[in-house]
Amino acid sequence: MSVMSAQGKQIREEEATELIRPRPSHHLLAIKVENKFGVLSRVAGLFARRGFNIVSLAVAPTEDERFSRISIVVDAESAPLEQVVSQLNKLINVVEIKQLHPDDAIEAELLLATLKIDKAVPPPLKEAIIKYKANILEQSDSFVTVSCAAAPTKLDELENLLQSYSIVALHRTGQIALPKLEFLGK
Amino acid sequence: MELTGAQSLIKSLEQVGVEVLFGLPGGAILPVYDPLIESSMRHILVRHEQGAGHAAEGYAQVTGRPGVAMVTSGPGATNIVTPLADAFMDSVPLVVISGQVATSAIGTDAFQEVDFTGITQGVTKHNWLVTDPDEIPRIIREAFYVATTGRPGPVVVDFPKDVANAKTDWSWSDEIDLPGYHPPAKPDMAAVRKALELISQAERPVVYVGGGVIKANAAAELAEFINMTDFPLVTTLMARGAFPDADPRHLGMPGMHGSYAAVTAIQKSDLLISFGARFDDRVTGKLSAFAPKAKVIHVDIDPAEIGKVRRPDVPVVADCALAIRAMTDEMKKMSASKKSLFDAKTKKAQLAWREQLAEWKALFPFAYDGKGDASHSGPIKPQQVVEELSAAADEDTILVTGVGQHQMWASQLWSFSKPRSWVSSGGLGTMGFAVPAAMGAKVGQPSKTVWAVDGDGCFQMTAQELITCSQEQIPVKIAILNNAYLGMVRQWQQMFYEERYSEVYLSADLPDYVKWAESMGCVGFRVDDPGEVSSVIEKANSIHDKPVVVDFRTDSMEKVFPMVPAGASNDDILVHPSLRERLAKEA
Repeated sequence: MSVMSAQGKQIREEEATELIRPRPSHHLLAIKVENKFGVLSRVAGLFARRGFNIVSLAVAPTEDERFSRISIVVDAESAPLEQVVSQLNKLINVVEIKQLHPDDAIEAELLLATLKIDKAVPPPLKEAIIKYKANILEQSDSFVTVSCAAAPTKLDELENLLQSYSIVALHRTGQIALPKLEFLGK
Repeated sequence: MELTGAQSLIKSLEQVGVEVLFGLPGGAILPVYDPLIESSMRHILVRHEQGAGHAAEGYAQVTGRPGVAMVTSGPGATNIVTPLADAFMDSVPLVVISGQVATSAIGTDAFQEVDFTGITQGVTKHNWLVTDPDEIPRIIREAFYVATTGRPGPVVVDFPKDVANAKTDWSWSDEIDLPGYHPPAKPDMAAVRKALELISQAERPVVYVGGGVIKANAAAELAEFINMTDFPLVTTLMARGAFPDADPRHLGMPGMHGSYAAVTAIQKSDLLISFGARFDDRVTGKLSAFAPKAKVIHVDIDPAEIGKVRRPDVPVVADCALAIRAMTDEMKKMSASKKSLFDAKTKKAQLAWREQLAEWKALFPFAYDGKGDASHSGPIKPQQVVEELSAAADEDTILVTGVGQHQMWASQLWSFSKPRSWVSSGGLGTMGFAVPAAMGAKVGQPSKTVWAVDGDGCFQMTAQELITCSQEQIPVKIAILNNAYLGMVRQWQQMFYEERYSEVYLSADLPDYVKWAESMGCVGFRVDDPGEVSSVIEKANSIHDKPVVVDFRTDSMEKVFPMVPAGASNDDILVHPSLRERLAKEA
């Protein structure tokens, strides 16, 4: 994990460790923004303008009501991370950008899916629900809605599995992340 | 004190020191124009909002203070998007106040409503939509602070009509609430020392000076740096005037139409020291072939410029004046402790480098047929006009241009000696920039002569602002290099599209520029004969009470040289045909 100051200077993170680790396919950015009119549009607009690809984006208020946090997963192929971060830093409403290496982060995402069933949840699906610690939120004779909160890779597996059933609707929130405990406060 | 939102806005603008506004009223901004009657600020009523924006840019470029424009909502606002984009590209501090429909009507497709903060997001440093009249003083303070600090740029304050009409308490403080904005200033000394290490080892250095030096008012620091190192330098289109052209160490402008010496020096350099330049594609040509052997020191106040195009060996994120001064201070410390900056071997290599550059400069000047030849017959060469204008100008004269061939000739052949004496549209390449920008420049520096060198195509886009100039007594001078073509496009069609001319012919006689000038209250001249160029310039220079327009009928087929074709390497620079044999021998 490293923290970029508003001046774009890297405060922490040894460059050497970056060299040893394989290049990640995606970057995780936690962007603290002022809770002001149009701020999401400014961030999203910057990505569009500069040709940076967003894999997923989630936004929510923080513990301090003046600020929100935008969690963005950026496709590492589309742009050098340094450019993304320094361009984001130029947005006046962006207060702080935390960059997380996927290896150093706890990543989570929520999946909701409604599946067609015939009277009962088929046993293999039940097994999958148990295996992936998913929940049944609602059930009728013809449909079941399940939810699962897990790491995005786990959700990819679950989603694959669900493909063998008749999916009526499937939504994912986009991932959010926090540093692993060993990096907390560093 | 209780007043209306409109009065609060006017009072706040006065409080931050605004002296001049360029604008045009309309429905949504009407409440603001009422208290303007009592204001000490001068308002200049333009004929088109684009003129207001470019005039404010011209004002900002020559004064170093922010330019301010005021427009109404909807079409008034969209008409100033081009100047905003222009100012964004060229880092010009510009504050645009736009009217907006009432907050209750926003989002209803009301009459003259556009989402102006949305539209201008990509072409402003920041923008504000005022929704609470109590916030007006703080937002105005923040708007001017953001526009003028760090890397300067344009901002928009969108001002709904009901906010203007609402009652509010006005009070002033220095409070600014921008937790995410911390422009850098001082350089990191470790980076400065690393830069000096590279500098001390450089055998073929080139200082690559960009607009950041002008913005940072760093011409004196630059001069000291050059005097201490004797390094050769180039000034980009945005930096013309940052260093005197007459100095032999100055190689001129780099880039697509730069001088042979400037372009080639960069290509062969082993150290490129960039002060406030951004490695624009018009300078680098084919990027992979740009200055292939050079290490790079990149000084810029905008961290996002570092490594955006070319990865530097030493980045220095700082204000140019502070960064250059930090470097010269370190050099002084060295000489105080009797350490010399360069060892004997390096000094010798640098001497050979300077000799090589002087030779290139002498061998490959900006050439054109009939240069300096009084007996040369045929139409006026546009280059001759620029040279004679420059020769007749005092060192305080401000030169403004539009965009195209005339702009390149002006930049190449005018002999600059002072910063902020050159106003041009660089990054955006906005045709029609010259007339309104010249107006703004003259308002900002009324005691200085302001000449605009313009093209006939450009002139036709914004000439109406000469009416404003006449009415407001802003005596600018416009030299139209009339070649009856959209000349730069014609040149490309000539060189790269097998002379298939598509939609570039304009006509030299339509419009009649002299009559047009006269109808706008200006003095108009026409010159066809190369022998009369200087006498008409003299006449124009003697008129001080009215704008002057001179229609110079120039050679319609003249091309700008040197030229690096788009996408080509700077090594493949095309010099003027008269110099090609010489260049072949040199190679």
